[in-house]
Amino acid sequence: MMIPIQQAAFFIFSVLLIIAALMTIISRNPVRCALFLVLAFFAAAALWIILEAEFLGLILVLVYVGAVMTLFLFVIMTLNIDRTEKQQRFVRYSLFAIVSAVILLALLISAVFSLKGLADLLPLSAEASNTHALGNVLYTQYAYPFELTGVLLLVGIIATIALSFREKRLNKAIPPELQFKVKPSDRLRIVKMPTERKK
Amino acid sequence: MIPLNYYLILAAIVFSLGLLGLLINRNNLINLLMCVELLLLAVNINFVAFSHFFSDLSGQVFVFFVLAVAAVEAAIGLAILIVLFRTRHSIEVDALNRLKG
Repeated sequence: MMIPIQQAAFFIFSVLLIIAALMTIISRNPVRCALFLVLAFFAAAALWIILEAEFLGLILVLVYVGAVMTLFLFVIMTLNIDRTEKQQRFVRYSLFAIVSAVILLALLISAVFSLKGLADLLPLSAEASNTHALGNVLYTQYAYPFELTGVLLLVGIIATIALSFREKRLNKAIPPELQFKVKPSDRLRIVKMPTERKK
Repeated sequence: MIPLNYYLILAAIVFSLGLLGLLINRNNLINLLMCVELLLLAVNINFVAFSHFFSDLSGQVFVFFVLAVAAVEAAIGLAILIVLFRTRHSIEVDALNRLKG
């Protein structure tokens, strides 16, 4: 019996995902928020592997848990945000926020149920290697968007460095325009004096 | 076999939770960035589910692009956050009222 195992895995990981997302929202400590978000990413990666998207599941774990969430944790630890913890946690009108989120959820679920023909849609069996199939599509049909993604990453690198680079305190070099203005008379003073004679 | 509806409902729940987090969190900006990550994760679940059930790999390619864009967005957002913390010494959302007219 193959199907009950798959369904059990789906329900376990979806419940885990929902709980982790909820704890990400309502947890007080930012470090705990980040760790619950990591748990949510793991659950989503497991769901994607159930959906036969193994490459994206692994990429989600590697890139998100390994890089992006590590960056979040670094920033949380770099900034001293204990001082801001004394403020009130939620805003006054959080009741309206909950109501609007519930309305959005009801709208989305009713939209899902109003779609006809989705329930009896059966997936074809995918190719053996998801990575191979994805690479075949990515490097042929989506080659230009792929290269644009590389340019976007370069822009991200440059923007991040330009934003967080502090020139004045880190760098002791003299600017070149000041170096050019220097004349020899500023640096060296030639003094004429008579030769001293030993007695 | 798990029907497509289940995945769509799960993504809707995660999306609503992310939006709720965006609305009720006013304490620090890092939580808001994490809630944006939750929203993008819900959208990606939809993409992967449709890609699986329609047997079309374009959905997974778009998930790839969304992941790249989200990583860049997180990096730049955190850099802006650090600059903001240097100048304002706070990352509370309500304290960011310098542009108020």
